[in-house]
Amino acid sequence: MPRFYTEEHEWIDVDGDVATVGITDFAQGQLGDIVFVEVPDTGAELSKGGDAAVVESVKAASDVYAPVDGTVTEGNGQLEEDPALVNSDPEGEGWFFRMTLSDKSQLDGLMNAQAYKDFIADL
Amino acid sequence: MSETEEMGETVAIESLPLDAWHRARGARMVEFAGYHMPIQYDGIMAEHLWTRDNAGLFDVSHMGQLVFRGEGAAEALEALVPGDISALKPGRMRYSLLLADDGGILDDLMITNTGHGLYMVVNGAVKWDDIAHLREHLPDEIEMNLLDEQALLALQGPKAAAALTALGVVPEFPDILPVDRLVFMQAGPYLWGDVRLGISRSGYTGEDGFEISVPASDVSALADALCAQGAVKPIGLGARDSLRLEAGLPLYGHDLDEGIDPVEGDLAFAISKRRREEGGFPGAARILGHLADGSPRKRVGLTVDGKMPVREGAKIFDGNSEVGVVTSGGFAPSVGAPIAMGYVPTGLSEPGTALAAEVRGKRVAVTVTPMPFVPHRYVRKQGG
Repeated sequence: MPRFYTEEHEWIDVDGDVATVGITDFAQGQLGDIVFVEVPDTGAELSKGGDAAVVESVKAASDVYAPVDGTVTEGNGQLEEDPALVNSDPEGEGWFFRMTLSDKSQLDGLMNAQAYKDFIADL
Repeated sequence: MSETEEMGETVAIESLPLDAWHRARGARMVEFAGYHMPIQYDGIMAEHLWTRDNAGLFDVSHMGQLVFRGEGAAEALEALVPGDISALKPGRMRYSLLLADDGGILDDLMITNTGHGLYMVVNGAVKWDDIAHLREHLPDEIEMNLLDEQALLALQGPKAAAALTALGVVPEFPDILPVDRLVFMQAGPYLWGDVRLGISRSGYTGEDGFEISVPASDVSALADALCAQGAVKPIGLGARDSLRLEAGLPLYGHDLDEGIDPVEGDLAFAISKRRREEGGFPGAARILGHLADGSPRKRVGLTVDGKMPVREGAKIFDGNSEVGVVTSGGFAPSVGAPIAMGYVPTGLSEPGTALAAEVRGKRVAVTVTPMPFVPHRYVRKQGG
């Protein structure tokens, strides 16, 4: 299952026409202690680069953007009870939402793991 | 002092005496009040809880340390602040407010009678404005000095007194109490080896603790010695903010500004009894009127339903009417829930009043609540 990354520090796992989206380990480290996550409602239509979710640390609220166009099929309900999952397992249990892919060609513009590693090394 | 570049747009960010010390300890640095400051080391939550349980060391060297000398300095300052400064005994300090002509708050500050002068600590973000205002309004014969060769540390938390005592800090003179015998808002001169320290039992976290004025040349060694003790860890600005919010203490530039007077700011305690009777401070007519008849609005604490933080700028509603605004808010680590403070009409300021705040277009139920959110643990009396 290929994983892609965005310059806004989201990861996206693609499995057929469905993708799982979260924020990267680097992103959670920058944000610090996560105290609240607002995931999109099931059925929400997302467009690439548009607001999709909100993640709040002790200090501030940050937007999470949709990495591609699509429709939300599920938000991670566990984050409501345990937002710190984003700190402890950002690229696993701390996923934000699942969505359908409207246009798979949009994945072409995203980074693979190595490219993202190089990208954050330069920040 | 800040340097403004040719175009007048870019202001150079200054470094404080502990800059390298913070970086060596893994601090994440941000710009604050024109300085590079540590926002966090291990994480805001851990640092916050550490301070409540142990002792946290805060670098507050960005704040302005001023000394006033000259005959009549206390009376001269009373023309600018509403506190009873002339009644301040040596070794005592008071929270006060620098007031604009209309009674609006220019800054909140601490004034200590050192026995040799009046020592004032003002907020870093407005210190240059404060200095200009003070110099303009004080008589020429009152000398004002900025102690820009002094750093300022705050050591806060239940283990602060033991940590400072263990360091071997001793009174400079025989009539000065040992540091652990000071009570809240008491201060004195101390020696650490041959380093002279100005220490007060005060702070802005709601915990017991001390503020320590130390020569910039010695501050790294002092910070090292304090943090060499297991109970003391360096704490960043992030936790300083969440600690003071839980303590119900306003942050200038957010919860207080020039448009707010002391009664609106729920700081009427800072208007001393004699000054209420005599007036003679800026904006006295407005402020004494608000004391007698109530102000139109008031700073209040708010508890928040659910887990979504309500932050600065969120509008406050009573039913469909917009009635106020949140001026500070966030997740409160010791409370385990979001809290906020803000301004509402005085008629809606009674504890228990149910209101709503708007966050990203959604309404969140909030309830007016007495502050502090976490009880203060100041040492007000010394036991036997």
